[in-house]
Amino acid sequence: MQTKDCLTIYGEQINSRLLIGSALYPSPAVMEESIKASGSQIVTVSLRRQQSAAAGDDFWQLIKNTGLKILPNTAGCHSVKEAVTLAKMCREVFATDWIKLELIGDDYNLQPDPFALLEATKILIDDGFKVLPYCTDDLVLCQRLNELGCEVLMPWGAPIGTGKGLLNSYNLKIIRERLPNTTLIVDAGLGLPSHACQALELGYDAVLLNSAIAGAGCPITMSRAFKAAVEAGRFAYKAKAMPEKDLAAPSTPTMGMPFWHQQ
Amino acid sequence: MNITINGELLTIKSAALVEILQNFGAQPPYAVAINGEFIPQSQHGNYVLNEGDSVELLSPIQGG
Repeated sequence: MQTKDCLTIYGEQINSRLLIGSALYPSPAVMEESIKASGSQIVTVSLRRQQSAAAGDDFWQLIKNTGLKILPNTAGCHSVKEAVTLAKMCREVFATDWIKLELIGDDYNLQPDPFALLEATKILIDDGFKVLPYCTDDLVLCQRLNELGCEVLMPWGAPIGTGKGLLNSYNLKIIRERLPNTTLIVDAGLGLPSHACQALELGYDAVLLNSAIAGAGCPITMSRAFKAAVEAGRFAYKAKAMPEKDLAAPSTPTMGMPFWHQQ
Repeated sequence: MNITINGELLTIKSAALVEILQNFGAQPPYAVAINGEFIPQSQHGNYVLNEGDSVELLSPIQGG
């Protein structure tokens, strides 16, 4: 009997291969509808200084009402200490030991700092966190994170918010091949459903995105498009693509060709 | 005694963390860090601040 083809995150079975962010939407109503349309089961959130209590509470109520699993992030952190502190605060507020660990090394392209990321990952795993590190597409970094105990890795497709797609599909492909038993999610840089489809075609288990939907002209429709794209990409990966060839090969049988090719 | 809470300078009479949070109008859910260290909710009741301490009071917000 065929088992259900689920995404696995730290032992939990997830039915959707699209993880969605909750930021940058034109309105709370559009956010809610977009999240619903995506079919996602996991939504990313963060923590910031309490400003207007009422506004923050409205947002949180809305997210809680979706009933989705929460993935808090440490967006904006530039040091190990900041990221570890914020992760602990997230664990208390959101009552989850999942953390999307973001540790920025460069303000210009928001590139993750690989060295600080390893250090923070070790501290958090030792403290019982289930770390989902947002990392670059460097094989050795991914191997080190995996060795520290990360069951999920989230290499970037392109810098956050650029919408450029998979800038280095070779690296991503190699990471997939070398870490066959690790859950791999492309996080950041996707702009089009075709980018998400490519990631899934490469064998990535899921994609995490926000701006591509929230920043679209019609976020709800784009959300549906991404939902279809990850499904298409996954089917394509499971189906195993035909081998690429350099020379043309006819698809119509050549045997029994009619008169115009006869001598 | 002077402290800062979310970057705002505050002169306080009581140094008890729970009273400071209450006077600031903290609305749950939130988490607290003092001088960059996370202070779990279970420790709020006994926590006393010192002159110049910096309190961060964080709540859920949109994230990507």
